[in-house]
Amino acid sequence: MNGRRAGTGQRPYGVLIVGVGGQGVIVASDIIAEAAMNSGFDVKKSEVHGMSQRGGTVVSHVRFGPQVWSSMIPEGQADALIAFEQLEALRAMHQLHANGVLITSCQRIVPPSVTTSKQAEYPQDVLQQVQAQYADAQVVDAPAEARALGSEKMASVVFVGALSRHLGFEEQAWRRAITHRVPKGTEAVNWQAFLRGQALAS
Amino acid sequence: MNDTLQYLLSGNEAIALGCREAGVNLGSGYPGTPSTEILETIAKQAPEIYVQWSPNEKVGLEVAVGASASGARAISTQKHVGLNVAADPLMNVAYTGVGGGLLIVSADDPELHSSQNEQDNRHYARFAKIPMLEPASSQECKDYIAEGMALSEQYDTPVLFRVTTRISHSKGVVRAAEVKPHAVPGFKKRPDKWVMLPATGRARHHVVEERMQALTRLSESSSLNPIEWGDRRVGVITSGAAYVQTKEVLPEASVLKLGLSYPLPIEKIRAFAAEVDRLLVVEELDPFIEEQLRAAGISCEGKSATGLFGELTPGRLGGGLSRLGIIAQEQVATCSAEAQVTPRPPVMCAGCPHRSVFFDLKKHRGNVFGDIGCYTLGALPPLRTMDTCLDMGASLGMAIGSSKVSKDGRSTFAVIGDSTFLHSGMTGLLDAAYNQANITVIILDNRITAMTGGQEHPHTGHTLMGEEAPKVDFEQLVRALGIEHVTKVWNHDLAALDSAVSAAEAFEGPSVIIAEAPCALMPKRAHEQAYEVDTEACTACQRCARTGCPAITLAGLPAEDGRPQALIDPKVCTGCGLCAQVCCDHAIRHVPASENVEVVS
Repeated sequence: MNGRRAGTGQRPYGVLIVGVGGQGVIVASDIIAEAAMNSGFDVKKSEVHGMSQRGGTVVSHVRFGPQVWSSMIPEGQADALIAFEQLEALRAMHQLHANGVLITSCQRIVPPSVTTSKQAEYPQDVLQQVQAQYADAQVVDAPAEARALGSEKMASVVFVGALSRHLGFEEQAWRRAITHRVPKGTEAVNWQAFLRGQALAS
Repeated sequence: MNDTLQYLLSGNEAIALGCREAGVNLGSGYPGTPSTEILETIAKQAPEIYVQWSPNEKVGLEVAVGASASGARAISTQKHVGLNVAADPLMNVAYTGVGGGLLIVSADDPELHSSQNEQDNRHYARFAKIPMLEPASSQECKDYIAEGMALSEQYDTPVLFRVTTRISHSKGVVRAAEVKPHAVPGFKKRPDKWVMLPATGRARHHVVEERMQALTRLSESSSLNPIEWGDRRVGVITSGAAYVQTKEVLPEASVLKLGLSYPLPIEKIRAFAAEVDRLLVVEELDPFIEEQLRAAGISCEGKSATGLFGELTPGRLGGGLSRLGIIAQEQVATCSAEAQVTPRPPVMCAGCPHRSVFFDLKKHRGNVFGDIGCYTLGALPPLRTMDTCLDMGASLGMAIGSSKVSKDGRSTFAVIGDSTFLHSGMTGLLDAAYNQANITVIILDNRITAMTGGQEHPHTGHTLMGEEAPKVDFEQLVRALGIEHVTKVWNHDLAALDSAVSAAEAFEGPSVIIAEAPCALMPKRAHEQAYEVDTEACTACQRCARTGCPAITLAGLPAEDGRPQALIDPKVCTGCGLCAQVCCDHAIRHVPASENVEVVS
């Protein structure tokens, strides 16, 4: 990261995490929020549950700083966007600040509407469209990295690792958050997933 | 949860922790987004508190009232529309008052994230003449439980504890406090208080009005309604989620924050108004505060800035404030328009047992009165087979009413899930039997309350606290209500399902089909041998895709006529077999057993 630690300015730092129900967006945002709390920040996070489990879009907001009021990132002011799926990156990009950090998966999950409706389509050039607007967008094949460690389920922790380089938290803050939020017995391998994500971002 | 640390908790988790600290003895309710996790968290993390799911919110509140009458501290939880179901006990417990403290949680859903309306339940406090607490953060969610219990006991009143989705489902830092157990003295017989008859009710009404006056005095002086002095050019009256948005957008303004938001501290507000140049009310949904201020002769602005719809976001509130000239246009958080990309609405899961029912009903071309649950997705493309969704249990009443007057020659169906049927379908079915309505009722029995994340109910065999419980037998139940034509069918057998529907349709009078198969997600994920498309046999008729299964895409090879063949994602397929049963060409078959695939979660 460039300059000072994230969240130390007057305005809270906002991370927007988007994906598809079942991809682990909520776990990732829990880890980021808890690592921020462990780093001494005030933290709020917000998401909408309900029907998200049924394959719909999932959006989670995490904000941290000296004091945080709204749990929602003000419109267009996300400092970082992690997209677990390409199309969701494109859908959420308008929320990202012009100087924001964008990390997106290259994974494509075709919405069922594309199968059942003649109007809907999944464009081939989604990543190009994303990169046309954010030349620095980092494309991460997190599911492949996670599979290499034994299970695709850890992709969300790989993304967290990729983001971690932009936040400047101490390693211990991440380690405690991950240990607290992943299933018992998987702490060590999830830590490997985090480090792998971190290495990807270098 | 120990008391030396801080935690990152959702509003609902913080309410659960508050219940533990306040010595709450009993919690009851019916699942409903965004309220569900309150009782679930208590069940998991505070096992000393007795909690239960009731079949519906009315019973849930009555259970809590009974515990309160017996001296316990009790909490009743529901979503906003759930309080409509519990409105009868609510209006009357306002008269009887309480024994031990009684908090009634109403979790409202501005923006309709997962609801059929966005009603503003603050009106219930005024309607029932009871005090209302509105926490604005997770910390306050916890702290206000003990405050509310003390208030309830001191003023002999139930307390409405009103939260919204952004409070219930946002997480924030919470510092724990000491646990103070509450001893339960037991029920004391007091007919003047607990037997509501005309004579006692008349007397209690006077008690209620005197209580409102006492509560108004309390509200005027309560530390729950603090003034945060700042720039006096604008003074804001606000509460709950609207408070945090106010602080986000107008950090310098003077703010009167209402934690005890009913009854209003009118004189405190009048004095506050006199100290500021411009008085603004910031509230979501209805002008609940604003209208009361105007009625008291306090001029203010509010809905002209905030509007009547949805949640207040920083950008929406900022936009309203800039229209009033309170902040500059450049200060409003804005973003460019969302890219026009293919939407991704929620869909029925791969392997969902409801899918076959709607796929079959489409063929029968009847009028399908629907209900509330995951299966409401049957109203959306491509199935598009559910014609109504009104309220819990309405499928039955509406089907009966329609069947009595319709002469369009179409059959009348009511489709209702197992949990919703037990919630408020049984009385509707009794009506159908009693009044001999010519309808076919399909109970979609997936053996769980799926929509809200898999809660127990009287047909699951377990309670919220994990105890084993008797399982209600649907067949015996519907027969006991007077239904003669009852069939039970396995949802994943499409031919059997279709003949059951045809037979029920042909039957004159009320009939019931119990269409059963477990939810594909809960309590455990369905995982039978997956299917694949035989590319030699597939003629790309695409009938399988019309089931709307998310495992099927039209991304296969082009067939002779150029249309793409279907492709089944073996990682998503649960092996329910519906697509194989609808395939015209027998081109869908099991993946050979040797090719095992990892199932993604």
